[in-house]
Amino acid sequence: MARVVVDVMLKPEILDSQGQAVANALLRLGVNDVSSVRVGRRVEIEFVGDSPDPQEQLDRAREIAEKLLANPVIEDFTIRLAEAGSDRTDVSA
Amino acid sequence: MTARVGVVTFPGTSDDTDVARAVHLAGGAAIRLWHDDPALYGVNAVVLPGGSSYGDYLRSGAIARLAPVMQTIIDAAQRGLPVLGICNGFQTLCEAHLLPGALTRNEHLRFRSRDQWLRIEATATAWTNAFLPGQEVLLPIKHAAGRYVADQHTLDELEATGRVVARYIGGNPNGSQHDIAGISNAAGNVVGLMPHPEHAVEALIGPSLDGLGVFTSILKNLAGAPA
Repeated sequence: MARVVVDVMLKPEILDSQGQAVANALLRLGVNDVSSVRVGRRVEIEFVGDSPDPQEQLDRAREIAEKLLANPVIEDFTIRLAEAGSDRTDVSA
Repeated sequence: MTARVGVVTFPGTSDDTDVARAVHLAGGAAIRLWHDDPALYGVNAVVLPGGSSYGDYLRSGAIARLAPVMQTIIDAAQRGLPVLGICNGFQTLCEAHLLPGALTRNEHLRFRSRDQWLRIEATATAWTNAFLPGQEVLLPIKHAAGRYVADQHTLDELEATGRVVARYIGGNPNGSQHDIAGISNAAGNVVGLMPHPEHAVEALIGPSLDGLGVFTSILKNLAGAPA
């Protein structure tokens, strides 16, 4: 069973206030050599069926990401296939 | 005939009762609309109240815009039905592409709850025609994601065409670009406002009665005043 992983990140030009807060917290942790932290969202999608065509899965995930998972005004996304139960990336999109 | 103003309730909406009361105080009839029911029951205008629809999951308003009632509202708004989105309703209108841009996490990351001065910059919309141009009003704000952002082209167009409806004065509470507190679509029937006019309609609980102007505006508009 394959799944599609969609990573949604704020566009570089949009201030990432969450990332800044994490960076500030790192200073309190004693970590002072971090130049940037950005926080995004990871969405994992599994389609029904035994062995759906990988390209079709990626295409459908892209459509889902464009319509709902990401807001194109403020966010970019990347999609890739991964084996279920694994973080290993098999196919990049 | 009394104007019928629809007030939508999504799961997680919290200001629907206050909006319905504000409509009533202004002299209109509030018709409660339910997220799962696409029917609009002959309303002459619609308000999307504030709250945290669908728990603000994914992005504020991102799930609400797919609710059955929103499909009908989006179609009707594109044909001219006056629609006002307040706070979470504003976020939902942006997610539904009825208004440009987006509302993102407050710059300082804190939930901001306070009374806020604004300047009404556009009085030609269906929802602000009862105000004087440049009128300064005091309304409550209460939000975590009220920072309006849009690309430069959109901001320039909003400014050039007088579609910035309200601007924060006396301090920007969330880092909003151009101090934007509210905008309208090109036709002026769709307006999004981050502050809460429905919480400023009675002396007992509001900081002013300034919010009433929003609700008298829509009644004026429906009675035939130019939008």
